Amino acid sequence: MAFCMSADVTFAGAETNGRLMVETDTTETRLRALMLAALDGDAVAYRTLLAELSRHLRPYFTRRLHAAHSSHAEDLVQETLLAVHTRRMTYDRDRPFTAWLHAVAHHKFVDHVRRHAIRPTVQLDDDAPIFARDESEDAAARMDVDTVLQTVSPRTGALIRQVKVEGASIAEAAATVGMSETAAKVSIHRGLKALTARFAGGRDDR
Amino acid sequence: MTDDLIARLSADLRPVRRGILWQLLIGALLVGGIVAAIAMYMMLGLREDIATAPTTMIFWTKSFYTFALAVFGGCATIVLARPDGRTRWPWIAAIGLAVLLAVGASLQLMMMPPEQTMHLIVGGSALVCPLYIIGLSMPVLAGVLLVLRRMAPARPTLAGFAAGLFAGGAGAWVYTFHCGENGMMFLTLWYTLGILVVAALGALIGRFALRW
Repeated sequence: MAFCMSADVTFAGAETNGRLMVETDTTETRLRALMLAALDGDAVAYRTLLAELSRHLRPYFTRRLHAAHSSHAEDLVQETLLAVHTRRMTYDRDRPFTAWLHAVAHHKFVDHVRRHAIRPTVQLDDDAPIFARDESEDAAARMDVDTVLQTVSPRTGALIRQVKVEGASIAEAAATVGMSETAAKVSIHRGLKALTARFAGGRDDR
Repeated sequence: MTDDLIARLSADLRPVRRGILWQLLIGALLVGGIVAAIAMYMMLGLREDIATAPTTMIFWTKSFYTFALAVFGGCATIVLARPDGRTRWPWIAAIGLAVLLAVGASLQLMMMPPEQTMHLIVGGSALVCPLYIIGLSMPVLAGVLLVLRRMAPARPTLAGFAAGLFAGGAGAWVYTFHCGENGMMFLTLWYTLGILVVAALGALIGRFALRW
């Protein structure tokens, strides 16, 4: 079912979603290769890795902080990079790199938020991925998605966009539109169903 | 700012060996264990019947029980030393082993004549046994916590508890070469108590010392 639902958004922005998924995979492959090289002492690979991580981490932290605290995002990026550096021996070469990085970033975020008594925009146990959001997304494909999402209610459209396109967690998306998590889930499900009915009609005949 | 940091960090890069976590933990265990063994030998001495003790079942039961708890603690420690580490089997295995021992000890108590009961439960050293185990565990606990500080435990208290189980098992194992008690119930109660105190101490220290 989950697979079907994510496939539903792809009819108009088929390429977008397909590419996003592949990109998440290749992100893991690429970053892991860089990390393995860095662990063997390759400073150039390490530099590339850290630069890329900072690009991914900035929006990740910004999204988790209220606008009033957005200046903390840069501190958090630096704290995380420093932790990646000093704790890099704890990365198990046989396991996914992004999972390890996510654990480090999440730990730093929780620690930072507690020390500075900041109220985050999401619950601390919320676990949305760092790499689901790709900033180099194709603008044209995004417009297709926009067009399609305009045909459902603005709130449902916003939820679907956040969860299915931008990779936010249900909890995060629900918080931004002021809904309960369950209500958000139902709303997304119904919205996708409606979209499928409208745009994917006749597909089954193939 | 961040670019400066990246430049500085990549200039500071040194290769990381494979299996470094294991090497550091085993190193801490060996150094701490040798210190504990020397302390035991100098201050307490080997048990008087050390030549014949290895022919008895209880000697090996004590040795195996403490060693196994150390292994479970070590396995939990190395998993929890990583930020994304989660583990459950070492806890289940340790509890299972303790329960198994308690069952065996109860059977032994039932089979032996009643006048032996007190001897099998408290022996002659029930009061000092946990204290010696705690003392002999300290070098290993200190070593393991020191290397854990360089790692990344996402849950410091639990990681400290695992380190304490690791150290407590090792310290108790060293103590078995001094301790001349022969009751399984003695082992179940006083050894387990000593090891648990070390684990609790590890959790307490870990809670503050293993933050990063």
